[in-house]
Amino acid sequence: MRKEPTINEYNQYVETVTPVYSCFLNCVRAFLIGGAICTLGQAIFQIGINKFSLSEEDASAYVTLILVFLSVLLTSFNLYFPLVKYGGAGALVPVTGFANSVAAPAIEYQKEGQVFGIGVKIFTIAGPVILYGVFTSFLMGIGYMIINGWMK
Amino acid sequence: MQQGKQSIRFEKTPYIRSCASIVGKKEGEGPLGSYFDKIIEDPLAGEKTWELAESQFQKEALTLALKKGNLEQNQLRYLFAGDLQGQIIGTTFAMKDIGIPIFGLYGACSTAGEALSLAAMTVAAGYADEVGAITSSHLGSAEKNFRFPLEYGNQRPKSATWTVTGSGAFIVSSSQGSVRIKGITTGVIKDYGIKDSMNMGAAMAPAAADVIYQNFQDFDCGADEYDQILTGDLGSVGKEILIKLLKDNHYDISKNHMDCGIKIYDDALQDTHSGGSGCACSAVTLAGYGMDKLMKKEWKKILFVPTGALLSTVSFNEGQTVPGIAHAVILERQS
Repeated sequence: MRKEPTINEYNQYVETVTPVYSCFLNCVRAFLIGGAICTLGQAIFQIGINKFSLSEEDASAYVTLILVFLSVLLTSFNLYFPLVKYGGAGALVPVTGFANSVAAPAIEYQKEGQVFGIGVKIFTIAGPVILYGVFTSFLMGIGYMIINGWMK
Repeated sequence: MQQGKQSIRFEKTPYIRSCASIVGKKEGEGPLGSYFDKIIEDPLAGEKTWELAESQFQKEALTLALKKGNLEQNQLRYLFAGDLQGQIIGTTFAMKDIGIPIFGLYGACSTAGEALSLAAMTVAAGYADEVGAITSSHLGSAEKNFRFPLEYGNQRPKSATWTVTGSGAFIVSSSQGSVRIKGITTGVIKDYGIKDSMNMGAAMAPAAADVIYQNFQDFDCGADEYDQILTGDLGSVGKEILIKLLKDNHYDISKNHMDCGIKIYDDALQDTHSGGSGCACSAVTLAGYGMDKLMKKEWKKILFVPTGALLSTVSFNEGQTVPGIAHAVILERQS
């Protein structure tokens, strides 16, 4: 073409014509969905303590267990997707989002076999969270150790 | 004969003998649903994997195109075919038992234009009398190949497009028919530095604008030469950019431009965001809707411009841009 924009001009122009989500609305929705998931977790926790006389530690374990189970169940019926579509980070950040990110590849790559399919690819999405999560706790642990030793 | 810088004007014009469009359920429910030859409701098309399902769509499209053209399989001399999967396995497993000499193509979503161009060149040069041009795409295999597993929850950006599940097949022939391929303009790869793989309209619009501009230059014509300029899968974002880029070069296509990706879905009802995409998007829209308009003489001459975003997960992860490509094919209704 005779008249072409520079890369900068073009990228700036594209930004003006590309529609984006409203940040405020996204925050409100994330608050609602994320809040609802956490409220459900809290309810399981209270029921565990009040009705089943569980210790706080055991009740917390049940919260994680049940939320993860529900998320995997929803994922298998392809029902977690609409939840994230609406709630964004509100549905991605809780443990249910993590469960979804592990269950979805497990379903998709099952056809490529137990080893090279599920085995290799189950953590394609969750992998970074696990790696850097463990690495961060390692660093924090060292920090804790140094500060703790220093304070004594 | 060679025309201008990047075009060919066929002296002995090839014809579209027949075509077929096979689509999935969502496409069948879209605004163009009634134009398609066949809707396969089962996303797996009776197969075990998305990849094999896509191959099944291709097989059925070719079989139907042959049937509509009253041709036997062995009368086809060549096939030009492609899809979006890695190493184009959709095409491989669709065509492995068919016994027709084949050229496998990859031009991302522009493959329909590439296949039609090469088929037309082959027929016009006299190297074959009947040639098949066929492309396919599948939501399941494309998402898996380029993005995330289908069940993984994420918020698709508003500029994102929805991969069309389906396959479009054309039989390009030397014997006279109603619609002829008058010429082609082959596109160059255009890179305006877009890095967002979820905004493919913006990545492809420069390539579309460039090939349309070159077509006007090579054939010494303007936008009003065509009843319709049909781009592949720019979506609503890409459409706006394309019109502006050409307007900056003194061509106004706003009145007779249509994008297959915008046409194939109803975003308000089907939640597809910017529009449809994939090798099948332009192929089934032309085979179903476009050819119908040409046959009914509502359109006499059109410029078919499938558009492709040339990226892989490797190039994207390594921080490369998303270059675009587009190929133009001039289709004319015989009076």
